[in-house]
Amino acid sequence: MASSTKSIKKSAAKTKRSKNGKSTSSSTDDSGAVGAAEYLDLYRQMFLIRQFEVACGENYSKGHIRGFLHLYIGQEATGVGAISALQEQDYIVTHYRDHGHALARGLDVNRSMAELFGKGTGLSKGKGGSMHLFDAAKRFMGGHAIVAGQLPLAAGLALAQQYQDTDGLTVCFFGDGSTNQGTYHEVLNLAAVWNLPVLFFLENNMYGMGSAIDRVRAGGTDFYPAMSTYGIPAAEVDGMDVLAVKEATELAVKKIRAGEGPQFIEAKTFRFVGHSYADGQKYRGQEEVREWEQRDPINLYAEKLIQMGMANDADIQKIRAEVDAVVAESVEFAENSPNPDESELFTDVLA
Amino acid sequence: MTEIAMREALKRGLDEALENDPNVFIMGEDIGEYGGAYSVTDGFLKKYGPKRIKDTPISENAFVGAGIGAAAGGLRPIIEIMSISFSLVAFDQIVNMAANIRYMSGGQISVPMVVRAPTGAGVQLAATHSQSFETWLAEVPGMKVVCPSNSYDALGLLRSAIKDDNLVVVAEPALLYGARADVPEDYYEIEIGKADVTREGSDLTLVSYGYGMRPVNDAADKLSAEGVSVEVIDLRSLSPLDVDTVVNSAQKTNKLVVVDTARRTGGIMAELVAEVQERAMEWLDGPVVRIGSTDVPWPYNRDLEQTALVGVEEVLAGVRNGFDL
Repeated sequence: MASSTKSIKKSAAKTKRSKNGKSTSSSTDDSGAVGAAEYLDLYRQMFLIRQFEVACGENYSKGHIRGFLHLYIGQEATGVGAISALQEQDYIVTHYRDHGHALARGLDVNRSMAELFGKGTGLSKGKGGSMHLFDAAKRFMGGHAIVAGQLPLAAGLALAQQYQDTDGLTVCFFGDGSTNQGTYHEVLNLAAVWNLPVLFFLENNMYGMGSAIDRVRAGGTDFYPAMSTYGIPAAEVDGMDVLAVKEATELAVKKIRAGEGPQFIEAKTFRFVGHSYADGQKYRGQEEVREWEQRDPINLYAEKLIQMGMANDADIQKIRAEVDAVVAESVEFAENSPNPDESELFTDVLA
Repeated sequence: MTEIAMREALKRGLDEALENDPNVFIMGEDIGEYGGAYSVTDGFLKKYGPKRIKDTPISENAFVGAGIGAAAGGLRPIIEIMSISFSLVAFDQIVNMAANIRYMSGGQISVPMVVRAPTGAGVQLAATHSQSFETWLAEVPGMKVVCPSNSYDALGLLRSAIKDDNLVVVAEPALLYGARADVPEDYYEIEIGKADVTREGSDLTLVSYGYGMRPVNDAADKLSAEGVSVEVIDLRSLSPLDVDTVVNSAQKTNKLVVVDTARRTGGIMAELVAEVQERAMEWLDGPVVRIGSTDVPWPYNRDLEQTALVGVEEVLAGVRNGFDL
């Protein structure tokens, strides 16, 4: 299986690695079927997530959003790139840093924000909050806040898809922190033994809360090589390059639909902000953060769109203005929405 | 009516579910090739094939969680956990995931799933294989827990559990798999959440469930022979817990003894007694007597284990110490 790991890695993403391990460049063939509108939409989605998250932070400071708030700022290219490669029939399961995946899947922006505000108009009527976004109609199966707890759920959804003989698949997002849970290893094995149609998508943002990977993991900071243990083909991709992520995911998804069983993608990414909104980031130097910010996936992609001739400055500015309006409207919608009715306390406990 | 063992009753319920609904499948450790640790699924692999009878790796958290996902994806999984003690390994998925996901999603996702697991002490398996965690699970909102005491109830409750759109844990007393009772050929179900008054009386109420019904029934026989009119209640379901039936009985007999073969402290009987004293205190002749197994890790040695486990003698002693009967 080591060979398949290698071959997929090679073909999946044209990410070049320099000796210091930093991704230096990436490119995706632009001769494919992706049209200009679709290219621009990837930008719109990433910028929407960014602005949504900024608005969340502001409203957390104002006390409108409570509980834990985990922002996706810096990681936009992974969720957007991966989800853009999926079909409607595919399930998405993710972790508690879930706003980005929700918006990339096209969940209603207003209802997403309202859920964070705990309002009755929220996706879960205000019962789930930031860490537990759901929209079953869009096959977005949560937002899960026990680290690695979402992996078995994803395997089961994939099992249902296999059992029902559909060609749908399930994508499961998780972070590097998940990889030290026993459940992670259990599910990788189970999925491989049963040849389940599931894509394990690791968003390696280098820190599990405040713990750098090398402080908590034996065997280095790359996870994909270990997939040979389970016989799961694995690829590594530059998580700051939305097109590279999209292409890697398309390849993996194609293999899954062809019946080749579970696939694994490790996207190297970085959150530019703390683990949660209250995190003072004592565990890492701001120099490292500044360095990664140089590779802001949204800026990189804007530059690329202009280079590729897919957009000009005005196009970019237009999208940004539209997104700002959408986010502002979502905050207004959330603010003006009513609290859930008191009777909601007792509904949805049992079917 | 045919007299069959509880193992056979459970097997009948699973078999007809597999027969009737293509979305029903069973998974668990060694349920296929091996036939199940307690032989409940013996022969199913041959009859239904590996798609519907899935042997799993020894990964309780993963395959219980996979059952939840499969249920969310439109199937109706039935999962066997080899011992309810092993359910601890899967508590994250059972509690954090299965019981919470419906509420957290605002009612968008349901988990129509059954988890079956043998429970209880008495067969010298020592501490890690003899526990009764159905009492812990009964505390968790968003799921149901039943525990049959005989073949008839096992089949009726299992049928209801399989049809239920929620996670239902069926705790199967390991000591009762071979116990025989009459089961009709005609189809029936037993409603989850309703206790069964198995014997009517006017002097005293004895309440238990699962394996605890054995010492309770034995004690009731003895007391009846002495002229005491005993009412006996089998809870059948720990969640929902049918407090009403117990309160009604306590208002009639004015004397209540609750019996659990699980450990005494923190069990479902503590909950039941608290409810009863709130609702029927003035009807009671004296304090409710609570009898449970000894609060120690289950010992291996037979004599020690039998001393810890509630038997008919403990029930009778409890009745006589509590009341002037």
